[in-house]
Amino acid sequence: MKTRIRYFASLREIVGLSEEILTLPEGSRVGDVRTLLLSRYPRLQRALERSTCAVNHGYVSSETTLQEGDEIVFIPPVGGGGRVTWNH
Amino acid sequence: MEPLISITREPIDRNVLIASASHPSVGGIAVFEGVVRDNARGKQVSYLEYDVYPEMAITQIRTIIEEVQRRWGAEHVAVAHRVGRLEIGETSVIVVVATPHRAEAFEACRYIIDTLKTTVPIWKKEVASSGEEWVEG
Repeated sequence: MKTRIRYFASLREIVGLSEEILTLPEGSRVGDVRTLLLSRYPRLQRALERSTCAVNHGYVSSETTLQEGDEIVFIPPVGGGGRVTWNH
Repeated sequence: MEPLISITREPIDRNVLIASASHPSVGGIAVFEGVVRDNARGKQVSYLEYDVYPEMAITQIRTIIEEVQRRWGAEHVAVAHRVGRLEIGETSVIVVVATPHRAEAFEACRYIIDTLKTTVPIWKKEVASSGEEWVEG
């Protein structure tokens, strides 16, 4: 099944894309996408570890099962004052 | 009343927000305005770059406003956040809450900005001479 993943902030800079289509096996969960992204983009590890996930504009857990056409976004922390990435 | 919610790359017009929240039943208007500071954690900041997941940011802000309507009966609310490149001293966010009495306006306004900072997908990158950094907030 096809899903759409969008990248923002530190993730967008690391991946170098704003979005892409991900073809996933039926029954895939959010946690599976995390694993797929880590194998494809190892430099995402630090950002992904600290990210929550949203599907179709709502926060979800890693156990959430995905459906055809879902929009997936990993959301790095938006509150507080700590570091997410350091590029120079 | 339908709250005004805006995510914009242009400077925010404070007066438009206040006007949108004004109503004859209102006795107090609380306004929070966030501006770009020239320093963070001991370093000099040159400017900020805000990124946003726009559709979800609007959805989350709407959820926060529904909560203040339930908890404080605050019917007249406006929230605007600017994104893109912002210079030192420029306004990044404005929250306006207008209520019959001041206590609810202060409390609801504070709740909105505090919650916005933790649940709304807007990120800022601090750009300094020493490097760039996406920060949490």
